[in-house]
Amino acid sequence: MARHVVATAAEIPPGGRKIVTVRGREIGVFNLGGEYFALLNRCPHQGGELCRGTLIGLVTSSEPGRFDYSRPGEMLKCPWHGWEYDIRTGQSWCDPNDTKAKAYAVTVEPGETLARGPFVAETFTVSVEQAYIVVEL
Amino acid sequence: MSPEDGSILTAPRDQRQSRARLKLIDCDVHHALRSLRDLHPYLAQRWREHLDVYGPRGPVPFTGSSPYPKAAPALSRTDAWPPNGGPPGSDLEFLQKQLLDANNIEYGMLHLLAPSGMDQRNQAFGAALSSAVNQWQYENWTQKDKRLKAAIVVPGEDAAAAVAEIERWAGNPDFVQVGMTTHSIEPLGRRRYWPIYEAAARHSLPIGLHTSGYNGHAVSGGGWCSYYVEEQHNVAISQQAVAMSMVCEGVFEQIPTLKVVIVEGGLAWVPSLAWRMDRQFDRMRGELPHLSRKPSEYLRHNMWYTTQPSDEPERPEDLRRIFDWMGWDRVLYATDYPHWDMDNPGQSIKLRLTEAEQKMIYADNARAVYGLA
Repeated sequence: MARHVVATAAEIPPGGRKIVTVRGREIGVFNLGGEYFALLNRCPHQGGELCRGTLIGLVTSSEPGRFDYSRPGEMLKCPWHGWEYDIRTGQSWCDPNDTKAKAYAVTVEPGETLARGPFVAETFTVSVEQAYIVVEL
Repeated sequence: MSPEDGSILTAPRDQRQSRARLKLIDCDVHHALRSLRDLHPYLAQRWREHLDVYGPRGPVPFTGSSPYPKAAPALSRTDAWPPNGGPPGSDLEFLQKQLLDANNIEYGMLHLLAPSGMDQRNQAFGAALSSAVNQWQYENWTQKDKRLKAAIVVPGEDAAAAVAEIERWAGNPDFVQVGMTTHSIEPLGRRRYWPIYEAAARHSLPIGLHTSGYNGHAVSGGGWCSYYVEEQHNVAISQQAVAMSMVCEGVFEQIPTLKVVIVEGGLAWVPSLAWRMDRQFDRMRGELPHLSRKPSEYLRHNMWYTTQPSDEPERPEDLRRIFDWMGWDRVLYATDYPHWDMDNPGQSIKLRLTEAEQKMIYADNARAVYGLA
């Protein structure tokens, strides 16, 4: 499994995202309050560009008439049919048993550990001063 | 946070090269007006004023909305809002990129849902509106992209005006069918609509019946439902009512060459409807002496059915039995772009199709029905 530098840490602020191309695959990288997660930009339902969807929260209901809204910004809603996924895991909330958005491991690493390269996703010259987001694929 | 925050850096998929693959004929594409004022150039002064002062008025008290919450703004995919600032479907260039180019679409059949001339309570206004819509479609859509084919929109509750509108456009290759709403004042098989069917058949134009319109009756026969989820399936039931009416009233007996395309009503119901009608026909043939064939034969000879929203049996292979029974030549592919419940080509029919079957469903059946080269 190769590791790919896809962005500087500063490039994706909390609540932000960036869609990158790694080995021909489009991957959305999300910053949830300082933690980074990556999902394939393809909805497993019908192939919509999932990572361009709206960020929403989790709605749960413990009884009829009561709705709880939690984890704002941690769920992703596909622009097409509105299927919702947990950005942290790729878990589908419409069809949790059979459907899962493909998730990738993400780390943030200081430039000096990466400078040996080669890291070619997009065209990054890795400098040692910054922190970088690395996707494993 | 929406993806419009500038944090997405790669080119959207619709701006990238589409892979060489099967050409597709999409039998349900929705274009849209940016504003009702787009029709001004195509309306006489009298009707421009009527449009501005009174606006479209249909049989139900919803003029700018619908009785059911349509799941997403403008009923549309959230990525389908074009850069022109108008509603989804209103920007030709964006529709070309997002739908036609991205999916290798050879032809797209346009169905304008609003405003509907046929739905207007003021019938003279409905006729003017239909004419204006047709001229607008011609100048702004079909003339600008030859892949797009329009339906001659007609004020179907006024058969004489509808026939006049058909005569105005018939023979123009940009118009490949006649469009009517399906929730009409009377069931569509009734004789008041026959002059329209005769005109269409005379010009070899199919009647394209996209689920649409509010006639004041509940969409199903079961009263006004509570939820959009119910309405979504009720439209399929209403299409069965349309099919039954056209068969039982003898439309196809009178006009054997008439072609009818059912749009956005699903199709897995076709075998069941045919079996049930045939059974009753055998038992009570005396009530329908004007039919020379079994109801199922008209359903399989004069009518075609678009796929979207796809029927998705738990065992995808079950769909094969349905297609086998209906006839594979009856099935026409449709995306319903840009609506939120659209089907994505190659993803929506879970059934494994042979190359020959794919060619039929995705293109050649539609080519035959619409007489496209």
